[in-house]
Amino acid sequence: MKYYRAHVLICSGSNCAIKGCQTIKDALVAVLNKHELQSEIKVVDTGCLGWCEQGPSMVIYPEGVMYSRLKNSDMDEIVTEHLLKGRFVHRLMTQSTDTLGLASPLNMTPFFQKQRRVVLKNCGLINPERLEDYIHAGGYTALATALDKYAPEEIIAMVLDAGLRGRGGAGFLTGKKWSYTKAALGEPKYLICNADEGEPGTFKDRLILEGDPHLIVEGMAIAAYAIGASKGIIYVRGEYDLSIKRMEQAVLQARENGILGEGVLGSGFNFDIEVCAGAGAYVCGEETALIESIEGNRGEPRFKPPYPAEKGLWGLPTCVNNVETLANIPAIIENSPTWYRSLGTENSPGTKVFTLTGNITNSGLIEVPMGITLREIIYDIGGGIPQGRRFKMAQTGGTSGGCLAEEHLDLPMDYDSLASHGSSLGSGALLIMDDSHCILDLTHCFLKFFVHESCGKCTPCREGTPALYKLIGKMTAGQGNQDDLELIHRLARTMQDSSLCALGQTAPVPVLSAFRHFWPEVEAHMTGNCLAHKCFSGRGSKHDH
Amino acid sequence: MTIELTINERIVCVAEGSTVLDACAKAGVKIPTLCYHPDQQIKANCRICLVEVSGQRSLQPACAYPAQSGMAVYTSTPRVREARKTILELMLASHPRACLECPRNLKCELQLLANELNISESPFPRYERQVPADLSTPSLKRVPEKCINCRRCVHACLVTQGIGILYTSERGQETVVQTVGREPLGDLSCVLCGQCLQVCPVGAITEIDDTDKVWAALADPKKHTLVQVAPAIRVALGEEFGQDPGGIVTGKLVSALRMLGFDKVFDTDFTADLTIIEEGHEFLERLKEGESLPLITSCSPGWIKFAEHNFPNLLRHLSTCKSPQQMFGALAKTYYAQSSGHNPRDIYVVSVMPCTAKKFEARRPEMQDSVYPDVDVVLTTRELARMLKQAGIVWEALAEEAFDTPLGISTGAGVIFGATGGVMEAALRTVYEVVTGEELGRLDFTAVRGMEGIKEADIEVGKQAIRVGVAHGLQNARLLMEQVERGESPYHFIEIMCCPGGCIGGGGQPIPTTNAIRQKRIAATYLADESMVLRKSHQNPAVTTLYEEFLKRPLGLRSHELLHTHYTPRTK
Repeated sequence: MKYYRAHVLICSGSNCAIKGCQTIKDALVAVLNKHELQSEIKVVDTGCLGWCEQGPSMVIYPEGVMYSRLKNSDMDEIVTEHLLKGRFVHRLMTQSTDTLGLASPLNMTPFFQKQRRVVLKNCGLINPERLEDYIHAGGYTALATALDKYAPEEIIAMVLDAGLRGRGGAGFLTGKKWSYTKAALGEPKYLICNADEGEPGTFKDRLILEGDPHLIVEGMAIAAYAIGASKGIIYVRGEYDLSIKRMEQAVLQARENGILGEGVLGSGFNFDIEVCAGAGAYVCGEETALIESIEGNRGEPRFKPPYPAEKGLWGLPTCVNNVETLANIPAIIENSPTWYRSLGTENSPGTKVFTLTGNITNSGLIEVPMGITLREIIYDIGGGIPQGRRFKMAQTGGTSGGCLAEEHLDLPMDYDSLASHGSSLGSGALLIMDDSHCILDLTHCFLKFFVHESCGKCTPCREGTPALYKLIGKMTAGQGNQDDLELIHRLARTMQDSSLCALGQTAPVPVLSAFRHFWPEVEAHMTGNCLAHKCFSGRGSKHDH
Repeated sequence: MTIELTINERIVCVAEGSTVLDACAKAGVKIPTLCYHPDQQIKANCRICLVEVSGQRSLQPACAYPAQSGMAVYTSTPRVREARKTILELMLASHPRACLECPRNLKCELQLLANELNISESPFPRYERQVPADLSTPSLKRVPEKCINCRRCVHACLVTQGIGILYTSERGQETVVQTVGREPLGDLSCVLCGQCLQVCPVGAITEIDDTDKVWAALADPKKHTLVQVAPAIRVALGEEFGQDPGGIVTGKLVSALRMLGFDKVFDTDFTADLTIIEEGHEFLERLKEGESLPLITSCSPGWIKFAEHNFPNLLRHLSTCKSPQQMFGALAKTYYAQSSGHNPRDIYVVSVMPCTAKKFEARRPEMQDSVYPDVDVVLTTRELARMLKQAGIVWEALAEEAFDTPLGISTGAGVIFGATGGVMEAALRTVYEVVTGEELGRLDFTAVRGMEGIKEADIEVGKQAIRVGVAHGLQNARLLMEQVERGESPYHFIEIMCCPGGCIGGGGQPIPTTNAIRQKRIAATYLADESMVLRKSHQNPAVTTLYEEFLKRPLGLRSHELLHTHYTPRTK
């Protein structure tokens, strides 16, 4: 085994990749080679640390110093100052230093302090392309424990006891879903990991897959053991090149090392995983549309019942779980359901991964205990609203979620609290908007997404989303009247009540939520006033292009 | 096992496995439907059949939702009515609503539903689907702007017929049923069977209307107009005039055609009998030589086109006999012209067919053996009904009349051509007697009758055991053809009809044509057969005379010139 005196962890997640982390790494390696340090300093590609706003970034150990917003030209200084002379490069440092000249611990910085990383525990710390790194961090012990110590029923009971709810949006009890699939007749059974993350502003699953792919393999293997599935499929959004690559790599490594395939870890349990790339339709995140897509059909939802647990992929019992849901499983097995319940709230135990975007100082990927307030997320972790502007609204759960206004800042972020305010945790997207935006204009923009993504199968969604979009557009153009308002309400009710799948059922949520929480601002449009001065200015409907 | 549930607070018992829609029907409650079709898989996409189901957060489609014990269903609450109204208004917002110019006017499910739900306009923003109409074939007209995306046609094309030319394309509001590659139907392997048209709830797919051509011919004093009527018309036309399915209306049909002004009213059953003689001899010849077996029937033009596209290497198996329609045309302009003293140039042959593919068949270049087109124009059952209504003919008041002679003389064997298995049964009746010289004891070959997709029978003809197969619906036809392709076909003789149920279920028949209605037309067909004095083609005296006076012998020179044809390999 080789020892290094320092490790440089460079984030290779997609958000940093966009900002050029690969060239940063190349530059660093070149400088290290120039100084012949390659045998002393280890450079590691890691997954996302979460602080995307600060990217591209690196963390140098043993000091635990994070350097951010790096340029290629900074590498000389980092090598000569930090790695050769042991002096921090203060101008690039994320943390402060104390009186002794030591860097304050990274986890004590405001961005990390209130986070609780269960799912993301390895992200940014290990090389996701190395199975050894995952095992070194304690990986696959949960799977070994599960196979060795527990019967499948006991695993399901543990997940039920933990109170884990599906992290894909609906919040259904995972243990319950598993028990349905386990009880269903038919062989083989399938376990599908839903990684078709399509909600605008959501990228948590992507960064989990990129940052810790073996965690998903392990979570899937445990789930499959519990429900009696012998085949697993990871359906990854087609645009997620790096996720697909890393998952394929991880599956191969796991298979080569006896973690997948015949006799998992030497047990009598057989399970293998196939990675399947999606083709770009948002609706394929809906579990039955996803199944249709895997079967090679047009991505459209099926009527339920029968539910996938009974008749799913190829008509056989199928369990579809979100990436983050499965990522929670090893921790529950390893640490006990009681431990899991110590995190989060009574009805929403555990942590939740959010993607923080919009008008926020620290955009990025965070993991917090359920029940944390919106205010803590925005002002403590997120660093507040930039440019001295005022918070206006947060859209939770992506486009199909609702919006929350200033009076909701102290609302605990959990499934039930959000639902009671017409919103949802959904996919974990948190879009923060400042007061320069008009609520109606934003709503119009959100609706455009649904117009584009409606699969076209059922009438209320196919015809209803564009009708709703046009009616709201009429209001942003200053031509809305009382009849339109009534029509909007009737249409929204019908779409929620009669669409085939969640896409059509939730498409009116942005409208209803805006009407509910920002009524005076909406109403002002009826008399020709846009309080944010975004509408009417001769542009009519700006999203029409 | 039956289960008990309530529909609008009234108890109803249904069999386990029933849907809420079934339960509502049993309870005497009509639920509006559009994407639902009794012969197809449940799609649940139009959402017009929504009902309230106890314990369910949202409204549920009655067509798909399983009836459960103790369930309470509400079918006409304000919530249900509002949803249905909104959904229908949304549909109307992207539908042209040009009812007067639509062939389905007054027979359009969307229009009827709007009427039932008391909706006359849509408050939603108008959307025009910019997809051009397809007029590339002589049979079918596709007008995608009228499509309401119920996908019944997609199912008919893909599942019923196993072709899959129609499919759902685009998404969101641009979603529309399109052809493969957006190519015109005429450039594709569409067989023009019209099963898509038959299930379309609106006027998005209709037949090409040729009634004006017929009106013009009838008004032309120089034309000697002949009309031939296919076997399947007499058991279906009454439905166009409000009669229950399953009535036999041969007599009214004949007098109505006379009232329209046709000079002679003849019967395709006559050439159906003739087909049996020609094809029967062809079969016996092939059986003797042991070549190109199984022999496969060639009456159904949709089937012929299907074979040309999909099995171009097996065309030698097809009988070379023209279809009865084309045999009639060829004889009308030769034999009949000579014997009646008309110049064939002035003879105008109109066919009334249950079939849209017949319009294509009549235009095939090889179908002009009399120098002139054998058949001038083909009308579907629906077009004929349209003409009768236009002419002010009161159906109820019609007398019953008989066909003209000699091309109106036929046997029961000709009549049963209209039902699946009928050609085979007619052929067996004749082949048996021709080979053995003995009279058949029992005429009814029931094994080849009915709606079963593939049927077979073994018959002892003299010393030879003959195995015959019958398929209807191209999905079933494909299965038999794949056997032939693999060299594993167990049959000597196969009958294939393009449409489910045979011609009585054709794309030109009254709408609706469901399997339940097909059954009734089939029953009427066999009833018509039984009521005939002559029931075997070789007993047809007019056919005998035809051979004596004109054709001389089956498969003879004249027969080859006029009654037989060849096929064209086509690409998929």
